[in-house]
Amino acid sequence: MNLVLALLSTRQFLTAERIRTTVAGYEEAATDEAFYRMLERDKAELRELGIPLETGKQSIFDTVDGYRIARGDYELAAIDLAPDEATAVALAARLWDSPQLAGAARTAVTKLRAAGVEVDPTAASEVQPRVRTTEPAFAPLLAAARAGRAVRFAHRGHPAAPARDRTVEPWGVVSYRGRWYLVGHDRDRDDVRCFRISRIEGEVTPVGPRGAVTRPEGIDLVDLVARSAGPPPPSGTARVRLAPGRAAGLRRAGRPDPQGDPDVVELDLARLESLARWIAGHGPDAVVLEPPELRDAVVATLRASADALTEVPS
Amino acid sequence: MSAEGVAERLPRLLTLVPWLLARPGVPVAEAAAEFGITEAQLRRDLELLWMCGLPGYGPGDLVDLSFEGDTVTVVYDAGLSRPLRLSGPEAATLAVALRALADAPGVVDTDAVQRALAKIEQASGRSDDPSAGTVAVGMGRTPGNARAEATVRDAVARHRALRLTYYSASRDAVGRRDVDPMRLMMVDGSTYLEAWCRRAEGVRMFRLDRVDDAEILDEPARPPADAEPREVPADATGLLAPDAGRQLAALRLAPEARWVAEYYPMEDVVADEDGSARVRMRYGDRAWMVRLLLGLGETVEVLWPPELAAERADRAREALAAYGVG
Repeated sequence: MNLVLALLSTRQFLTAERIRTTVAGYEEAATDEAFYRMLERDKAELRELGIPLETGKQSIFDTVDGYRIARGDYELAAIDLAPDEATAVALAARLWDSPQLAGAARTAVTKLRAAGVEVDPTAASEVQPRVRTTEPAFAPLLAAARAGRAVRFAHRGHPAAPARDRTVEPWGVVSYRGRWYLVGHDRDRDDVRCFRISRIEGEVTPVGPRGAVTRPEGIDLVDLVARSAGPPPPSGTARVRLAPGRAAGLRRAGRPDPQGDPDVVELDLARLESLARWIAGHGPDAVVLEPPELRDAVVATLRASADALTEVPS
Repeated sequence: MSAEGVAERLPRLLTLVPWLLARPGVPVAEAAAEFGITEAQLRRDLELLWMCGLPGYGPGDLVDLSFEGDTVTVVYDAGLSRPLRLSGPEAATLAVALRALADAPGVVDTDAVQRALAKIEQASGRSDDPSAGTVAVGMGRTPGNARAEATVRDAVARHRALRLTYYSASRDAVGRRDVDPMRLMMVDGSTYLEAWCRRAEGVRMFRLDRVDDAEILDEPARPPADAEPREVPADATGLLAPDAGRQLAALRLAPEARWVAEYYPMEDVVADEDGSARVRMRYGDRAWMVRLLLGLGETVEVLWPPELAAERADRAREALAAYGVG
């Protein structure tokens, strides 16, 4: 604390020797070695906390480096939020429910409030935004991504697949459609991969030094996850006949029939299996007109359901 | 700075001075609450601050505080008039949350969010922080009816009653209902209106992207006094079906259908060696359950009850007849 105050108040670079003789706390150091160890530790801690410590010489005649903190880099810049903007910030700070993220959001808001920006933490209490992070692997993965450190973990590609060991250079964690993913470079497969964090089993182990992972320039993490986990772009159009007054979900998702039949809708065909599942669920209330491959998939699904009963012993 | 560790305490002390400076005579309890610590901890912080200051450490060099009753005032700040700028993780956490809000349909006025985001990014400055950009949020939802969403948001803010045209996925039907709005919630990337439903006479959740139309009624929102808002749930599983769980089915899910157990609340999931799983699943609406089972086809087997299996098979045979392949 005293070191911060002293370095912040000086415009000159303070040498280690000067710090030792003037800054309270360092006089306790009995030996040179103890003093330098103490100073190095404190400097590292300040840098860790994001306090911008500058190193330099006062003049070309100086033989040793000194230290100072530039006030302009240290202080939170002036910021003036309109009431609706302050409400948005308050809501944003309440978004997270993981201790790591909620803690950072909370201290950020306290800093803004210390700078005289009135962010009311309870503003707009009728709105409850929340992004949950209940997966145990979340915290170590976030820490590794921030530290630029590779990780190893066991992951299942889908719920019934066997867990496989993966070594990944983490680029970041992404919440997509309410689920968290780790995005990074998979060393074993030498390719970019997205991992559903809830399908990671057991411990996440850091591998190698900090700062060893660099994220490629200009990549969009959300876009990577969207392409891996989101629906593919539609590849065609399906026509489905709906029973009058039934299958409201399909009706909402679809477009009206260009030929004007009120009980026919057109749907984007992206994933054949998932659309077939949705349509088959409606039984006789939704009948595929085209394309034939969708019709066949629905009929096959229905036939399995019709036959299933005969297998159940009575 | 012992037990607690420098990493927590030093940033707090550095923020505490300007925070107090902006609030002369603030009660100690209020300061403790702001920083999320006990009053005893805060008093220890103040005692420590009192001993800190500029080299020289004479009376005019130390942080000076004055106490009056249970309040505290900073008399001399020793140069700490402004807080430390936002750290990389702090700025990133706020910025990502703001982007998520801007992306979430209907939660807040996105224009205000964009303006706030620009100001936060400008004030935090540094773009060279390696930890920036390690967290991202994408809602990835197809937006609903923007006009209806704006109307719902307006009604919540102004505490007005609403008439919704709403698609219920469990009933697979669109219906009209009058509600008294209580709150908006964002859970698992979707936005929900929590409201008293006058028809159901209970608190219900309405997913905003399923609101087809909304009309503000000429009366205030008056949920009954005993209508309790619920805990913001950890996830959206079962959120829309308050009466879920009245009926029970035992199923065998083939490996290809194991995803179902990640989407719906399950009990007693037993994994078998062939990769399939036996589960017990609670559900509220029989017709909804039959739709789920029909859609899963050969990847799910109904172990119990037999009536559910029979109903599913009957529906399937009717459907096959409609295709002319019965």
